[in-house]
Amino acid sequence: MLMNKKLTSSNKVFILKIVIHLAALLPLINLYYLAFNDLLGADPVERVIHFTGIGAFNLLLITLTVSPIAKKFKQGYLLQVRRLLGLYAFSYAFMHVLNFLAFDLQFAWSLFLSEIVKRPYITIGMVAFVLVTALAVTSHNSLRRKLGKSWQKLHNLNYLIVLLVAIHFYWSVKSELISPLFYLLMTLTLLAFRFKKIKALFLSLFNQQ
Amino acid sequence: MLIKTPKLSDLKESDVTPESVYMNRRDLLKGMGFLGAGALLAGASNKANALDWFSKDEPTKFKTTPLNYTPDANTDNLILTPESKVTTHNNFYEFGAQKHQPAELSQNFKVNPWQLTISGECDNPITLDYDDLTTMFALEERIYRLRCVEAWSMVVPWIGFSLADLLKRVAPNSSAKYVFFETLHDPQQMPGQENRRLGGGIAYPYVEGLRIDEAMNPLALMSVGLYGKTLPPQNGAPIRLVVPWKYGFKSIKSIVSIKLVREQPQTTWHKLAPSEYGFYANVNPKHDHPRWSQASERRITSGGLFARNRIETLAFNGYGEQVAHLYKAMDLRKYY
Repeated sequence: MLMNKKLTSSNKVFILKIVIHLAALLPLINLYYLAFNDLLGADPVERVIHFTGIGAFNLLLITLTVSPIAKKFKQGYLLQVRRLLGLYAFSYAFMHVLNFLAFDLQFAWSLFLSEIVKRPYITIGMVAFVLVTALAVTSHNSLRRKLGKSWQKLHNLNYLIVLLVAIHFYWSVKSELISPLFYLLMTLTLLAFRFKKIKALFLSLFNQQ
Repeated sequence: MLIKTPKLSDLKESDVTPESVYMNRRDLLKGMGFLGAGALLAGASNKANALDWFSKDEPTKFKTTPLNYTPDANTDNLILTPESKVTTHNNFYEFGAQKHQPAELSQNFKVNPWQLTISGECDNPITLDYDDLTTMFALEERIYRLRCVEAWSMVVPWIGFSLADLLKRVAPNSSAKYVFFETLHDPQQMPGQENRRLGGGIAYPYVEGLRIDEAMNPLALMSVGLYGKTLPPQNGAPIRLVVPWKYGFKSIKSIVSIKLVREQPQTTWHKLAPSEYGFYANVNPKHDHPRWSQASERRITSGGLFARNRIETLAFNGYGEQVAHLYKAMDLRKYY
């Protein structure tokens, strides 16, 4: 049935969304099941922080891959899954921050705040998190209509967010730079697909002043 | 009154896999005929694979042997980090830069034959063979706190002998101001030295150093075992240094050479990032790592995510009484 060629676009979107839900949720359930039961290696705290951090980054990159692919292969319906992917990116980022606060710092709020201020890589990560939260909050259709043109402006911040996340990752490691560099390269590649748009955005910033 | 309505996603006590089932999961899989594929994967390479999470019980496990030693009375009543965690959470980049990798990628490591050479500014340089490491000195257990520079810590029952006893044996001369240690360099056995990505991009062989008076302090231990047995490779077999008042990276593993030298030697992490890792690297809650606070630490014991294990970090990791005098005239902010 799934292979039926008469599958409508909305059917395809429906199936794709189910796949996204499963692919995003099952690893999380597995992760926390193992972590709560102390089955995730000697330091489950480090593992859940890294897993959700990289997971959020992966989801951000996948979100940015959608429209170039939709354009290239003329599959317009794909654009409809971007919000779901973005919301999962936010959810993973939220868990990443929560893991740091709840399990690593164990709700030492003053330490949490001072680390955000004092450590540049955490500052940058936190800025990215605040921005992605703003995008998640304004993702609903009703708000999108309400905000009109400024909605698109706001959501163009995604390009900045992914760049901040790439720097946050690069800056956070001790010496193993190869995977952060690989991620940085992927980020720049995905941004390069939008070079004209980003350049225009950048120039309009100055023209407004 | 607080009435808790469990959400669908909440885990119940009954959701927990019984330990007996968890421990026998290999048999379960075998019963279902799944093991064939898994064994193929494991046999094809000892590199990291998708099954890492479940490969705690690898088919080829390094054999450790029981040691004779004087036990530590543990008068401070320190709670030990479980052996299973001490041996699966390791920073030993020679076997992979992720903490779980050394236990997985080091099980075929050959420690016998082994040669440890002690040379340099001394009257009687010697070379120890594998058997000498455990027979040359009476072994004692020492339960030490281990504080990693990454702000986690453990309590480990090491077995070994004082570095001072070993150094006295070679009779250092008056030019011996520092002690320089070197880890084995053998890319064929140590995949992290062979593969830059796996090895975390640090320079090999790993090198470390101490000032001679630090090395002669009775706390500095040459360890050949833990939890009653010889060291497994991931913990630095067959012989490693343990300097409990310094961050863990000073406690160099799988040592092949100890040299008495005149000048302060270059050390691996200091070379890589001098602003982050000093030569002294004494545990100091008042001097932060540039990228994180050193004021507190997470003590790894048993318990999962909810272990309330964040504790204050102590100056010199709690060994100030024994070692603070070594640094009396020094500005510890400058010499971090």
